[in-house]
Amino acid sequence: MSTLDFSTKIGSKRFSNPIFTASGCASSGQELSQFFPLTELGAIVTKSIMTKSRTGRLTPRMAETPSGMLNSIGLQGPGIDAFLENDIPWLVEQKAKIIVSIAGETVDEYGVLSRRLRAVSGISAVEVNISCPNVENRGQVFACHPDTSVAVIEAVRRNIGGELPIIAKLSPDVTDIVEIAAAVINAGVDGLALINTLLGMVIDTNSMRPKLAGKTGGLSGPAIRPVAVRAIYQVHQAFPNTPIVGMGGVASGRDAFELILAGASAVSIGTASFGSPNAAMLVKSQLSDLLIERGFNDFRDAIGFAHRGL
Amino acid sequence: MIPHKINKAAKQILAEVISNKKFGPYHHIVFAVGDMAASIKPGNFVAISVGGEQSSLILRRAFAIYRAIDKGPMGGSIELVVAPHGQGSSWLCARAIGEFVDLIGPLGTSFGIPTSNANAMLIGGGYGSAPLFALAELLKNRGCRVDMVLGASTANKIFAPLEGKRTVSSLTLTTDDGSAGIHGQISEAIPRLIRELGTEVIYSCGPMGMLSAIAKIAKEFDIAHQCSVEESMACGIGVCMTCVVPIRSEENVKMVRTCIDGPVMDGSQIIWDRKEVSDLMGL
Repeated sequence: MSTLDFSTKIGSKRFSNPIFTASGCASSGQELSQFFPLTELGAIVTKSIMTKSRTGRLTPRMAETPSGMLNSIGLQGPGIDAFLENDIPWLVEQKAKIIVSIAGETVDEYGVLSRRLRAVSGISAVEVNISCPNVENRGQVFACHPDTSVAVIEAVRRNIGGELPIIAKLSPDVTDIVEIAAAVINAGVDGLALINTLLGMVIDTNSMRPKLAGKTGGLSGPAIRPVAVRAIYQVHQAFPNTPIVGMGGVASGRDAFELILAGASAVSIGTASFGSPNAAMLVKSQLSDLLIERGFNDFRDAIGFAHRGL
Repeated sequence: MIPHKINKAAKQILAEVISNKKFGPYHHIVFAVGDMAASIKPGNFVAISVGGEQSSLILRRAFAIYRAIDKGPMGGSIELVVAPHGQGSSWLCARAIGEFVDLIGPLGTSFGIPTSNANAMLIGGGYGSAPLFALAELLKNRGCRVDMVLGASTANKIFAPLEGKRTVSSLTLTTDDGSAGIHGQISEAIPRLIRELGTEVIYSCGPMGMLSAIAKIAKEFDIAHQCSVEESMACGIGVCMTCVVPIRSEENVKMVRTCIDGPVMDGSQIIWDRKEVSDLMGL
């Protein structure tokens, strides 16, 4: 019987296994906890939390596409106060490893959110979502420009203090993702989350209008997996020492393994949880079997394996 | 306070198809679900994976439960009425007896039952009538008078099985094309029926346009109205945030998930007018 060291590291923090949830795909954990104990996850990544409560967009917010879906939620959420009061204590009580995802409309808001998080115990990392496509103005997607990305990360770094690892979540909708990655790594992030959804649109041919109330939405699901693999591969090649939390259409152990071979140190399960609440558990057990089958004793030896001998 | 957790009884199981029959333009499908049947209340729904393992359809489909039988010859079972409209529902309707589907249930809220005997009107549009028959039985057993009004665009789209009809005190049909019952939209017939039957509480299930029209009538008559709403869902278990409807709250508008705070909701709480929602949100 082979044994596998399944643990992984992001910055200073160690996680028991590399399977995380993706932000916005696990709400705040309560719903999924009915199907499996959250302690089974390497970490739960919360929905992206903002300074104030947010209503989000009108419906329709969703359109299914071939092997994927578009969503246009618009970051609906309770705001940081209610989140810290209700959601975090509950997650801590469950003994879940928590990565808090934050999103702001301005650089200052990221600073404010970081300051609120610095005194909170029980958090393992902060994911800085600078790439949500569902904002009113595309110019607001910080991750589309190196300088705005850096401004946000510097604001977070200044305000968060201590050892809490900072993970920047980047958008694949850019000409050169390596350039953006270089900028945020220079600004001091401990890890990267790759990839956020791709901006897309579906037009209803009966009504002859865009199907989503927000017109455009973020494309996710297996349809975008090759884009995720490419982005992870390119960034890992340029920065092999920066841990990457990979995501994009992972629905099986094989899919997770593909992202790991490209360079991911952890893999987040997003849209697959919509199709099956225990998707993360399925991916975890299949990945573990696959790693053992391929002769890996240590999960970390598989990270970026596809780059070897090139 | 609005509950934030999913139906406590919800489980994910593989359910065997034990019957699948055509019923007019619909399919009446029965699944063996074991213990799950005992925890189902009228109004609950199930979410089913469609298309098989290699499918490009990645999202579950939500179906209102028509009936649940706790201890039948095949153990616990649930019955659905499915219209083969899209790829997912067509796949489900094509399942043969003995095949298994990945099913999560029971999900969502159920119809509230009045504490004292009341005259209840149950209004169903198309196959939206399905969850109302189990409700009718429950209300009748509690001593309520049950009047049912079923409407559809045309006669064969009204879902009204014989055994269901027997549980109600009166049954009124309406069709948009006049092929059965009263000629016209279902909502046009409601005000007169409320007056004649002395209706004290309305339960409704059907397309959002119909529910909205009934909500308006219920408000005019100042009677309680519980409706089972339908918004497209990606997950059914409260994580995707796509199936929301706008309700009135202290902060003007709150978007609540119809898979958790619904599908059965208080019709007077929902803001049905889209323009009003946009204005309140400052869009």
